[in-house]
Amino acid sequence: MRDTTFTPGRILIYLAVWSLAAAWLVPLAVVMLNSVRTAEEIVQTSMIGWPEHWAWDNYRTAWADFCVAQTCAGIRPYMLNSALVSIPATIISTVFGAVAGYAVSLWRFPGDRWIYGVVTLGLFLPQQMRLLPWTIVLRDVGLINTLTGLVLIHSIQGLSFTTLFCRNYYIAIPRELIGAARIDGAGFFRIFRRIVLPLSPPILIVTVIWQFTHIWNEFLYGVTFTTGQQQPVTAALIALSAAVADVPQHGVQSAAVMIAALPTLLVYLLGGRYFVRGLTAGAVK
Amino acid sequence: MSALTVRDVTKQFGSAEVLTGINLDIASGEFTVLVGPSGCGKSTLLNIIAGLERQTTGTIEIGGRVVNDVPPKDRDIAMVFQSYALYPSMTVRQNITFGMECRNVPRAQRNEAVARVAKLLQIEAMLDRKPAQLSGGQRQRVAMGRALVRDPLLFLFDEPLSNLDAQLRTEMRMEIKQLHQRLGSTIVYVTHDQIEAMTLATRIAVMRQGVVLQFDDPETVYNRPANLFVARFMGAPPMNTLSARLEATSDGTVAVIGGGETVIRFPVPAAAASWIGRQVVLGIRPECIAEPTRYFGDAPGATVMIAALVEVIEPTGAETIVVLRIGDERALARVSPDLHYRLGETARFAADTRKINLFDPETGDRIA
Ligand SMILES: Nc1ncnc2c1ncn2[C@@H]1O[C@H](COP(=O)(O)OP(=O)(O)O)[C@@H](O)[C@H]1O
Ligand SMILES: [Mg+2]
Repeated sequence: MRDTTFTPGRILIYLAVWSLAAAWLVPLAVVMLNSVRTAEEIVQTSMIGWPEHWAWDNYRTAWADFCVAQTCAGIRPYMLNSALVSIPATIISTVFGAVAGYAVSLWRFPGDRWIYGVVTLGLFLPQQMRLLPWTIVLRDVGLINTLTGLVLIHSIQGLSFTTLFCRNYYIAIPRELIGAARIDGAGFFRIFRRIVLPLSPPILIVTVIWQFTHIWNEFLYGVTFTTGQQQPVTAALIALSAAVADVPQHGVQSAAVMIAALPTLLVYLLGGRYFVRGLTAGAVK
Repeated sequence: MSALTVRDVTKQFGSAEVLTGINLDIASGEFTVLVGPSGCGKSTLLNIIAGLERQTTGTIEIGGRVVNDVPPKDRDIAMVFQSYALYPSMTVRQNITFGMECRNVPRAQRNEAVARVAKLLQIEAMLDRKPAQLSGGQRQRVAMGRALVRDPLLFLFDEPLSNLDAQLRTEMRMEIKQLHQRLGSTIVYVTHDQIEAMTLATRIAVMRQGVVLQFDDPETVYNRPANLFVARFMGAPPMNTLSARLEATSDGTVAVIGGGETVIRFPVPAAAASWIGRQVVLGIRPECIAEPTRYFGDAPGATVMIAALVEVIEPTGAETIVVLRIGDERALARVSPDLHYRLGETARFAADTRKINLFDPETGDRIA
C-alpha cells in the first residue's frame, strides 16, 4: 500500500531525493537540449536554453558528416570501434569470470583462496597504475593502437569484477548439489554447463550490463593506446570537441554525446530490472 | 563379504580434529546407522566414504577395494543428501537419469530404469516436473529415486528424513526399511534421531565429538550401552541414571540407592563385585519401572518392589510417564495409563532389575 501521509521528516527526505535526482539529471537535460539547437543559437544566447528551432540535423551530422581529426565521417566509425571492443571484451570477461567464479566458489583446490584474492585485488588497483604495465604488454605482443589490444585489456581487467560477482552469486549454491553431481559422474565442466549455468541468467545479465557499460564508457585506455581511426567513441568525442571551427559546434557535439551514450542506455533499459534485482537479491534458493 | 571398511580414519579441518580414529567394518546387506548429536562428524564421515572429502589419515575400503584415491563417481556408491540436492533446472526424470547420462548409458536403458524406479517410489506422475514444483515429501522421493536407479555396492543416506514433518517422516522411515528388506542393499544411514536409528538399523554406530562410542546391533546398544552418553542418548525418554553404592550381602551384590524409608536395593550382576563399597552410576530404563502389578519374569530377584514419591504425572495416552523422586534424584517410570497416581503420594512400583546397567562415575564406561 502506498503511504500518503506527509510528515515533516518525509517531506525532507523527498526534498533531498528530488534535489539529488535533479543534480544528476540537469547535465543530461542540458546536453539533450543542446543536441537539438543550432551552433549559432547556442553561441548567441546561452549554453542553457530551450531550442528555438529544432535542429534534428545535428544528429545526422554528428553520426555521418562531422570532421574528427581530418576525417569527415562523423562518429559512426568510432561507434563501430567501440562496439568491436565492448562486445567481445564483455563476452570474454563474462565467460571467464563465470568459470573462475564457479571454480573458486564451489570447488576446493590448492591455492584457491590465494588465486581469488589476487584476481579481485585488480579491483583496487588504480587505473593509472596499470597503464605502464599494459603499455609494455601491448608493445611486446604488437597490439599497440589496435582494437584487439583494447579487447585484451578489457577482457583481462574485467575478470576481477566478473569473477567477484559470479563467485558471490555461486557461493549460495549448495555444495551438496556439486557433491551429488560428482557422485553421478559429472566433471567440472559438465557440472558447470548442466547445473550451474542454468541457474546463472540473473548474474550473467548483471555482469554483462556492468561490463558493457564500463568498457563502452572507458576512456583512459582508449586515448592512451589508440590514435586516429582506431579510437573508441569516448576518445573520439574528445578529438571532436577539440575540433576547431569558426563557431563552436556545441549542437553537433551534444548530439554526438547523445549518440555515444545510447548503447549503454539501451542496455540498461533492457536489463536494468535484472541489474537491480541481481545486486540485491541472494542467488539461488 | 565386507562391503565397507573404515580403518583409523581421522579428519582435521585446519587445526580442528573432527574425526578421531574411526573404525567400522560393515558387512554386505547391513543397514548401518551412524547416530549422534549435531556436529559430531557424521556428515564428514559420510562425505569421506563418498570421496567428497579427503580423510586426513586412514583408509576407506569399499567392496574390498581401497578407494582412498578413487574419485566419488568410481566408488560404486549412491548418496541421498539432507537437502536432497536435486538439480533445480532439471525435471525429475532428468534428475534421475543424470548419472546414467554422465556414464553414457543408452537412452532405452535409461528410460527403462526411470520407469522401474518411478514405479517403485510412486513418482510416475511427476516425472516431468521441476523440483521447485514438488512438495518436501515428493522431493525426498525423487532424491531416493536418484540413488535407487543405480545398483551400487553402497548406499549413503545423510539425514534423508530430517526435513520432513513428523508424520511423513514416520511413513518414509517405514518405506526405507521395506526397501532395504526387499532390495537387500548395503546402507550407511546418518541421523541424529535415535528413534530412526533404532527402527532402521541392523547395526548402530553411536558417535560423539568425532569418536565412535559403540558399534553394535540395536538391542545391545539399547540394553547394554557402552557408556553413560550412549545410555542417555538412545531411548526416549532417556535411561534413568542414579548414583548408587555397591554392597555385598548374603544374596550377592546389591546397589543401594537413596536412604531412609524409601531406600532401594537392587540386585546387580556378579561382574560388578570388584566395585563393592564404591559409588557407581546405576542405569535403569523408564520402562523397567512400572505399576506394582507388572510381571517381569520368573528369575529370582527379577522384580523388586520399590516405594517412591510421585512428583509429576504426564499421561501420553498409550502410557503414563511418572516422575519419581528417588533419594535426591529424579527417575522416570512408564506405567499403565489405567492407573491413577496422585501427586505427592509415596507409591509402590515394580522395577525390572534384569536390565540394570552400572557405570563408572569417573569415566562413564559401563562396568556391568
Ligand atoms: N568444511 C569444513 N570446514 C571446517 N569445519 C567443518 C567443515 N565441515 C564440517 N566442519 C565441522 O566439523 C564438525 C562436524 O560436522 P558434520 O560432519 O557436518 O557434523 P554432523 O553431520 O554430525 O552434524 C562440525 O563441528 C563442523 O563445524
Ligand atoms: Mg550432518
